[in-house]
Amino acid sequence: MTSLIDLMQEGRKVESHGPWPRVVVDAPAWNLAVKQLAQGHWRLLGLWGEPASVHMAIGDEQSAEIAVVSLDCPDGNYPSVGLHHPPALRLERTVNDLFGLTALGLPDPRPWLDHDHWGVCFPLAGRIDVPEEAAPYRFLPVDGGGMHQIAVGPVHAGIIEPGHFRFTASGETVVRLEQRLGYTHKGIEGLMRGAALTRAAQLAGRVSGDSTAAYAYAFSRAAEAALDLDVPDRAVWLRALLAELERLANHLGDIGAICNDASFALIHAHCSMLRERVLRAADTAFGHRLMRDVIVPGGVARDLGAQGAKAIRALLDNIRLRFPTLVELYDNTASLQDRTVDTGILKPALARQYAAGGYIGRASGRSFDARKALAYPPYDRLRFEVPVLSEGDVNARVWIRVREIEQSLSLIDQILDQLPEGPLANAIGPRPGTREGMAIVEGFRGDILVWLRLRDGVVERCHLRDPSWFQWPLLEAVIEGNIVADFPLCNKSFNCSYSGHDI
Amino acid sequence: MRKLLFQSLFRLPLTEQAPLPDDAALSELATAVGVVARRRLGRSLSIREVDAGSCNGCELEIHALNNAYYDVERFGLRFVASPRHADVLMVTGPVTKNMRDALLRTYDATPNPKWVVAVGDCARDGGCFAGSYAVVGGVSAVIPVDLHISGCPPAPIAMLRGLLALLERADSSAVAS
Repeated sequence: MTSLIDLMQEGRKVESHGPWPRVVVDAPAWNLAVKQLAQGHWRLLGLWGEPASVHMAIGDEQSAEIAVVSLDCPDGNYPSVGLHHPPALRLERTVNDLFGLTALGLPDPRPWLDHDHWGVCFPLAGRIDVPEEAAPYRFLPVDGGGMHQIAVGPVHAGIIEPGHFRFTASGETVVRLEQRLGYTHKGIEGLMRGAALTRAAQLAGRVSGDSTAAYAYAFSRAAEAALDLDVPDRAVWLRALLAELERLANHLGDIGAICNDASFALIHAHCSMLRERVLRAADTAFGHRLMRDVIVPGGVARDLGAQGAKAIRALLDNIRLRFPTLVELYDNTASLQDRTVDTGILKPALARQYAAGGYIGRASGRSFDARKALAYPPYDRLRFEVPVLSEGDVNARVWIRVREIEQSLSLIDQILDQLPEGPLANAIGPRPGTREGMAIVEGFRGDILVWLRLRDGVVERCHLRDPSWFQWPLLEAVIEGNIVADFPLCNKSFNCSYSGHDI
Repeated sequence: MRKLLFQSLFRLPLTEQAPLPDDAALSELATAVGVVARRRLGRSLSIREVDAGSCNGCELEIHALNNAYYDVERFGLRFVASPRHADVLMVTGPVTKNMRDALLRTYDATPNPKWVVAVGDCARDGGCFAGSYAVVGGVSAVIPVDLHISGCPPAPIAMLRGLLALLERADSSAVAS
């Protein structure tokens, strides 16, 4: 069994790439990496393209090493990873959509984000072709008697992002779910090219609105890694505070929404109230309910004053007072338990294969949490646990959120107690030359990866990888054998990002 | 559960006082809402929300409209599952090219009289995504818009004020006739 360090010896190391190494390899080394992924020794953290090359971010769960492996594509193609390792399938279809790079042997050559409406082909490639008439999107064929199809979306019932879900059902039971996403693709990585750091940071914070703080956090850390820039202590701690408040708000809202999808509106009403209180405390403390544009490269843009700290402490007291009753109610309501227990089970082996993060992975036996595993500051100085369950059903995903709420309350207390004085940000001086940086931050739904290259202080290429890339496909697996009416429950228990995924 | 419900009977409601309708919205809506509509709809509106490519921030704040603090249903405003049941389309996002057709079909499926409210900076003119190869650029580039509510995202109170202006216009047009 090869270690990542061995693979790193095979290639040409790229200077000015941090904090993890990047090597440019040749096809045999690339194929070796693919084999390690397929055999489950390594996990795929991301796969993205450039006009003439393709990159993979890889992690070794045993040794905790991370690296980026790159392959030049002078002929416009590269050996497919998805052929041997399914988690890469949609990523490779996307690399083709955006850059026109062909993954040789890719079992599913259909476009993914490109719905043939852009008016251009391969928009981020060196050349832009005028598209020819494309064939309509073919969904997977269905064979057999007694089955019908239900097509849902992109505009679907609630106040929710757009996506298409094609169910094949036998009676009430779902035989297959096939997703089609890409409806909210805004071309953000294209807009980032040539953008100044401030504009790029704003765009990063608008990739996925419910994770605006976590995305800004990841983008800023990647930029700081590239620029070799330190962040003042106070800002380091405030960033974690913002991230934990965001986690709290989302988990509270989601628990209510999951119960609502089982028609239990009482918990939804109470959880919405608690979520509202988090947003109002965030507004008092940082001037924006969703805390947008507060984390910036170099530090933070707003300070926490005495009034803000007081509002947050009062919020924590209130949640500690009100939340346990709701948890007890959830646990004691038999009709609700009947819906959530044993529904939408994600097998641990699948969670491991896809390196599914967040509450999805942790409800199916995978203990990875970037705050613990990568211990980026200030989490290396904070005491917290990472709850893990293995049942993998909707109920388990609710309980992980409950436990994480308890952990976040404790983390926020610790941060407020230990928050150091000092400046809020370090100035970003002129930094000539080409520099690359990467960061992984634990957003509320999982690990967000940002990789970027700066040239003379301006973004040349930025890739933002939402945790949902390794969660959406798993939803297709968990709904199989469940009734159609349980889809909203499963979908909400996953709560994948459409906009974050579609980028 | 009974205890929780019982306790709620004795606590003061969280629902906040209704804000005044937004002046700017009232002027924008001056020509939009007709007398006939007012007579037919009474003083309530059914809203269908459409995400035409937003980052989801606006959706989060639209969800908040239904919580106990804002309680949008007390004004006769409710969210419906189908455009065929709707009087108002609340549209977010810069309108991605991939959502253009779906938005048009949703608009066409909404029976008259109908109004369109574009929520958020992106929905106004594409916002920070304007100019992208993947984006049309503002809801009004695709369907007629009666009211814009700015913000990134707009706070629920701002949305509420805009929606109340929509109701107000419906009411005062009837009085004027």
